[in-house]
Amino acid sequence: MTETVQPVIVGAGPAGIGAAERLVKAGLRPIVLDEGFRAGGQIYRRPLIDDGRSYRNRYGSEAKKAERLHRAFDRLVPSIDYRPETLVWNVADTDRGGHLDVLSRGIHREIAFTHLLLATGATDRVLPFPGWTRPGVYTLGAAQTALKAQGCTVGEKLVFMGSGPLLYLVAWQYMKAGASVEAVLDTGPLSSKAHLISLLPRAPRIIALGLFYGVQLKLAGVRILYGVRPEAIIGEERVDGIRFRVGDQIETLQCNALAYGFALRAETQLADLAGCRFRFDERDRAWLPERDALGRTSRPQVYVAGDGSGIAGADAAELAGELAALALIEDLGKAHGGDRARQLIAAHGRILRQRDILEKAFPFPRDWFETVPGTTMLCRCEEISISEARLAIETENISEVNRLKALSRVGMGRCQGRMCSAAAAEFLSGVRKVEPEAVGRLRAQAPVKPIPLTFGVTGEGEARS
Amino acid sequence: MMPQFIRRYRRDEEPVPFTLNGSPEIGRRGDTVMTAILSVSGGLRHTEFTGESRAGFCLIGACQDCLVTMPDSSRVRACTTALAPGMAFVTTGPQGLKGGCHD
Repeated sequence: MTETVQPVIVGAGPAGIGAAERLVKAGLRPIVLDEGFRAGGQIYRRPLIDDGRSYRNRYGSEAKKAERLHRAFDRLVPSIDYRPETLVWNVADTDRGGHLDVLSRGIHREIAFTHLLLATGATDRVLPFPGWTRPGVYTLGAAQTALKAQGCTVGEKLVFMGSGPLLYLVAWQYMKAGASVEAVLDTGPLSSKAHLISLLPRAPRIIALGLFYGVQLKLAGVRILYGVRPEAIIGEERVDGIRFRVGDQIETLQCNALAYGFALRAETQLADLAGCRFRFDERDRAWLPERDALGRTSRPQVYVAGDGSGIAGADAAELAGELAALALIEDLGKAHGGDRARQLIAAHGRILRQRDILEKAFPFPRDWFETVPGTTMLCRCEEISISEARLAIETENISEVNRLKALSRVGMGRCQGRMCSAAAAEFLSGVRKVEPEAVGRLRAQAPVKPIPLTFGVTGEGEARS
Repeated sequence: MMPQFIRRYRRDEEPVPFTLNGSPEIGRRGDTVMTAILSVSGGLRHTEFTGESRAGFCLIGACQDCLVTMPDSSRVRACTTALAPGMAFVTTGPQGLKGGCHD
């Protein structure tokens, strides 16, 4: 039976690796498609070449997990079909199997699957403000990636802004790397941090690490401000500083880079193209593929795991990857340890309950658009301003995000809404005075990322661009 | 223009020569195109509509803001492309050259 079974895993972060490990143990040989150069995903991203740094230096408190996962994957490679630098840009025919359209080092291919396990991860969730498109403004994840994978800081003198544990972690990592950290601007109020007390008995390690980063930043003289809203980036061709509000005060700080973000946003396009049913998730304020406790979607033989199925972090992703693999094995009619599934579900559930608390301690700034001027770019690809979007909404009586896209081009550009769809939904729901759920979900379209159009078929289902 | 990125590691790694707007520059083995360019300059491209300068944003191949033009008008996504010796890039002057599927 296994001869005709071809599971395909999309993504080689903690979820994809966790899934691959379990499938191999069950005697399967999954194809693992990875957009990266080397397996690890974003959190455990590896550099292009060894740069002499230790795991401790590169991954900090997560060093042991990173090393274990990398080693586990490297051991798996002979038992799987691993394809790095491979973009999956379409999912077709998903009635119990189908095929993926992929682009790998300039070659187009179709890859058939009987079972599809999507571990597509997440991107930073960002919101627009005056100057957010300026050279020198990066996402928090970008700042971390530059340091982790390239050994660079995205500036010499930096301000960090946003909401989420990553804010403090990245600021601390930059300080350690020798950059000058001017300030940490937390958009959440100080009072929100009181929620962390209830996290202490459940996740003492998270609290201890958070305190450690906060105290070390403070001891180094880094200002940490709460309840901040940005006014504007200063500088026309580059970042010269940032002007922001804290309480009734307006302040200015000089810097040549700003890194910011508001937690993460699930990458769900492939699940959408696979025909999975979606539901609105209050915690993520986003539409996510429906999944059962193990990761089965509404489509037979299509599974989701990790941040791409809802933001829960790397530890949860690893568990979810293994769980989805167990579901797949079960669906093949094979026995697997039911006890293992129960353990994983319990552990995964504990992390999700911690996420509920973290979300309260690092809240999403729901009032964001009340103070952002209309001239601010909402869509950075198509360069559509908030005023232009508002005009379209009001004159065309728009109340749904796909209509907003069609009539204003917001979300129609190269990033396919990755950088603006969360903001556009928040903005539209604010104008319409409804909850974000009510404005609907931006539908995915193939190709989910830009691919070269000019290619000729080279035969055997392959095409070279 | 002032470099945007500051190298903290791999500073003495093997040099990789490339060309930026006609001038010879040096990257390091293990660089992405983005790291190589932003370690010696402050921008990657100008936008098609307003012409404003951009220097990437997400660094994980999602935002597509770091598309860099090569002399033959083709483009690469700078954050997910490894630098190779002899590569050449154009980050100044008229941009918005065709080539992607969303143009």
